[in-house]
Amino acid sequence: MHISYLDNAATTPVDERVLKIMLPYFSDKYGNPGSMHQKGLEAKEAVDEARKTIAKLISAEPNEIIFVSGGTESDNLAIIGTAMALKEKGNHIITTNIEHHAVFDTCEYLEEQGFKVTYVGVKENGIIDPKDIEKTITPKTILISIMHANNEIGTIQPIAEISKIAKSKDIIMHTDACQSAGYLDIDVNKLGVDLMTLNGSKIYGPKGIGILYAKKGTILQPLIYGGGQEKGVRSGTENVPLIVGFAKALEIAHSVRDKESKRLIKLRDKLVAGLKKKISNIHINGDLEKRLPNNVNISFLGVEGESMLLHLDSKGICASTGSACSSHSLEPSHVIKALGLTDEASHGSLRFTLGRHTTEEDIEKVLKELPKIVESLRKISPIA
Amino acid sequence: MKKTKQKWFYSEQVKEHFFNPKNIFKSQEEAKKYKADGIGMVGNPKCGDMMKMWIKVDKKTQTIKECRYQTFGCASAIATTSVLSEMVNGMKLDKAFRISPKEIVDKLGGLPQIKFHCSVLGDKALRAAINDYYRKTDQIEKIVTDSPVVDETLKITENDIENAVIEGARTLKDVQARTKVGVNNKKILPKIEGLIEKFKEKHGFK
Repeated sequence: MHISYLDNAATTPVDERVLKIMLPYFSDKYGNPGSMHQKGLEAKEAVDEARKTIAKLISAEPNEIIFVSGGTESDNLAIIGTAMALKEKGNHIITTNIEHHAVFDTCEYLEEQGFKVTYVGVKENGIIDPKDIEKTITPKTILISIMHANNEIGTIQPIAEISKIAKSKDIIMHTDACQSAGYLDIDVNKLGVDLMTLNGSKIYGPKGIGILYAKKGTILQPLIYGGGQEKGVRSGTENVPLIVGFAKALEIAHSVRDKESKRLIKLRDKLVAGLKKKISNIHINGDLEKRLPNNVNISFLGVEGESMLLHLDSKGICASTGSACSSHSLEPSHVIKALGLTDEASHGSLRFTLGRHTTEEDIEKVLKELPKIVESLRKISPIA
Repeated sequence: MKKTKQKWFYSEQVKEHFFNPKNIFKSQEEAKKYKADGIGMVGNPKCGDMMKMWIKVDKKTQTIKECRYQTFGCASAIATTSVLSEMVNGMKLDKAFRISPKEIVDKLGGLPQIKFHCSVLGDKALRAAINDYYRKTDQIEKIVTDSPVVDETLKITENDIENAVIEGARTLKDVQARTKVGVNNKKILPKIEGLIEKFKEKHGFK
């Protein structure tokens, strides 16, 4: 069966060009970049080259790129690293109520450590009002962390505007751009951020690699100690093949960005319009304009997400849900709830995230199968 | 093309009951018109699980003739009610009343720990339907008042928490994974934690 993989916000397949460029670095060019001999230098050169490529793509300097193990570590380093480094200056952090758990749970950890965190709520459309951020700033505020685009509902936050506010008050600004890297401009100067998180596995690169962009002069307390790699901020032998792969993936993402965005917006809108027409009692979650080109998130009232997801899977369609039933915590998605919707709407939400391999046929397949699935589940639902 | 078997998260039994649920109504209209002798409903759409059960009873033998249901919930919730509707067919009411979550889970070839609460809700819905029948037929003496209700929305009793502890739950998280108790009412959490400690002590798990 052909798999229509519509869960690209979870992860993406590695691009063949990325895979090819990585392979020699596993066994042939195996050196440790820290070694002075030729094998070491060969590896170091690859890491340096990758760093330069990435820096150029986001308008940064090579020494502002810190390689880490992925988006989660990057978020942790940005938030805990800043908080610990600046704890003498202040103890207040501002974030939103729709952040990824890598930010959310990290902030909760800091609260346990005595920091104060304000979780600013988004509006009904899933977007933060910069004025609401400004209002919560205190003389003790040291960090603002707000995602560039949301992983569940795809809404795009006004990062540049918030960065300006942060800058005027001398507050460090961090953004998690894992989801937006393939679709939006992630030029750090235009965004005006001090810290930015990127991840390989969302941009057709390998899993287990990410970066933290840290603007020159930004002080971070390390989370990992050891050999002093990455200017001492992130010790551990550089993961050379994954670093090389990440740079290539970002390069490709950058080169196809505009064309892909245009193509996916068409497919996305076709999917939304089709579902609206064919299925009653549905709710589109998140702003339709300020939204990633590849994200569709819809609640189907009266049915539960996991059931829809598994029926879709049996038809060869991979999607995702905000229902508690598919989470480890038994709590429904905090993002859908943040939009002011009922728990029922969270439980009945489905996310389709399109990608580079998504075709018109994939969309048509969803439009053909999902209405039947919703109908059959509503037939046996006591609340439909 | 190489043919590989499609992977599936749950057991084969859950798969069968989820994709081909037994004893369901053909439509919402049929459900509305259905003349049942007893109806029970548990859960709450807020929690992501809601189950409604209808039973028809042979009055002479006090046996379940027919069991129908509607379920809002995940695959294991649907499979739980489906397999239960088959299990109780032709069963004496008093025996059906005593069906335990574990019996249901075993019939399904096991459920992941975090999905245990689905089976707990299943047998609860059935008991509610049987109690409803007893009430309607003036057999009040047969209504078994479980034990004190701890969670009003989910109708989870002290007994349920005790059962969870007996089955291996040791912390609030464990008990919630099995019953969902207090997921929507944080105020009662201290009380639940107290009960967990009490039952751990009672059963020598301390």
